[in-house]
Amino acid sequence: MEAILFYLTALVAVVASFFVVKCRNPINSALCLVTNFICLAVLYVMLEAPFMAAIQIMVYAGAIMVLIIFVIMLLQLASVNKKAYTHGILGGGVLAALMLVLTNRFIAGGEATGTGGEITSEVIQSVGHTELIGRAMFTDFLLPFEIASILLLVAIIGAVILSKREI
Amino acid sequence: MTPEVLTLSNTPLLYTVAMLAKIVVAFVVTLLIVAYATWCERKIIGRMQTRCGPTMTGPKGLLQPIADGLKLFFKEDIIPAEAHWLAFILAPMMILAPAFVAICVIPFGADFHFTYDGVLYAVPLQIADLNIGVLFILAMAGLGVYGIVLAGLASNSKYSLLGGIRSTAQMISYELAAGLSIIAVFMLAETLSMRGLVEAQMEPLWGVIDFLPNWYIFTQPLAFALFVVGSMAEVNRTPFDLPEAETELVSGFCTEYSSMKYALFFMAEYANMVTVSAIATTLFLGGWSGPLFGWMNFLIKVFAFMFFFIWVRATFPRLRYDQLMYLGWKIMLPLSLANIVVTGVAILLF
Repeated sequence: MEAILFYLTALVAVVASFFVVKCRNPINSALCLVTNFICLAVLYVMLEAPFMAAIQIMVYAGAIMVLIIFVIMLLQLASVNKKAYTHGILGGGVLAALMLVLTNRFIAGGEATGTGGEITSEVIQSVGHTELIGRAMFTDFLLPFEIASILLLVAIIGAVILSKREI
Repeated sequence: MTPEVLTLSNTPLLYTVAMLAKIVVAFVVTLLIVAYATWCERKIIGRMQTRCGPTMTGPKGLLQPIADGLKLFFKEDIIPAEAHWLAFILAPMMILAPAFVAICVIPFGADFHFTYDGVLYAVPLQIADLNIGVLFILAMAGLGVYGIVLAGLASNSKYSLLGGIRSTAQMISYELAAGLSIIAVFMLAETLSMRGLVEAQMEPLWGVIDFLPNWYIFTQPLAFALFVVGSMAEVNRTPFDLPEAETELVSGFCTEYSSMKYALFFMAEYANMVTVSAIATTLFLGGWSGPLFGWMNFLIKVFAFMFFFIWVRATFPRLRYDQLMYLGWKIMLPLSLANIVVTGVAILLF
């Protein structure tokens, strides 16, 4: 039962992400991206990580909404169709494959358990999923967490500079 | 004898029946409230403007929602030739579905006990007790925006597009303030589960005052105000109904819609109103706790909230767009952040 659900969700996720690249209309691409993220949220639920699932939808639904708004505002609606570009897709594909190899290495290495010990279904049941994430994020993974926030700060400054070029 | 909680593993058949019953009841009751909310709104606003409201269809116009539904159902369904047809059809569904899905994490009563085969079972009156209940609701609220934006884009009309863009900007701004205001409540309750939140609100106020319950509206009045204003903006009710401003945008994102699709938008607005009232009741007004039966208390509080929404619509004029953004980003967001900090300090001290 769970395997069937997994394969269905995974199928939809892969098809959706294929159309993110394939669609000519950027708005359709963005909508496919949302579909993909919702599928990922379903997968998180199946991995007993409901907090991650909710955050996935909350954060990315908002983010893609902003993306759509930018598409409407920056590109004129009449001329939103992308030109066919093969080089970009090729480069992106190679990068994605490299990331896949890297992620596989990390998962196989099993480095992400932290000082709290193995995270099993029983531990999640007794401590609570949200508490586990909070504890891991503010103890073992504090440095990556802070680095991510610096990245966000850079993005904010970049956005301000891009939109206020004259100042 | 302590009751056993009905689960899929101990009694699969009973569990399935109970689950289906809960889903059907919650869905039907919400639909009924949605239908009669339109009647109540027209009656109440009519009275407030010294009119009568609907009187002709049935006694006191009580059959008016059914007549409206039938009328819209039999109208011709027009899809504009230049519209993006798939998104055009999907949009009304995408706006209605999240509103109904969010209902499923709201607890509407204390446990229901019954004996079967000599064993006392307890059925929680809530469709799904997620331990991240509130976040789930916020996620669904985030998805609700897509319906409106898609409707605006797909209609291929200037008014619709303007309405869609306005609604996105508005929802993104106010979702932040409403979401942040809830965090202070989590900090007090130390749980994200809706059921846990209600149980935390059943004790006497601050553990000392016996005649008042520990409702978070007393501890967190600012968060409550921010949440109510923010959610009013999120469900596009007056004074925040700029996306569909009739006078300037000709109903905004639903200009091109007709027949049942238009009815779906209409239903979605009221369904969102029900959901938001139910959330506010659970988070700040102690959910089902009170003197009567659990679900009665819950419904009374929800109806009081909906009356408040209607009352506000009859009282306030629509905001200007710059006022809307000013209120969202420069007043509500800083206030909700300050509220979190103050709550944190208070928890640390006491």
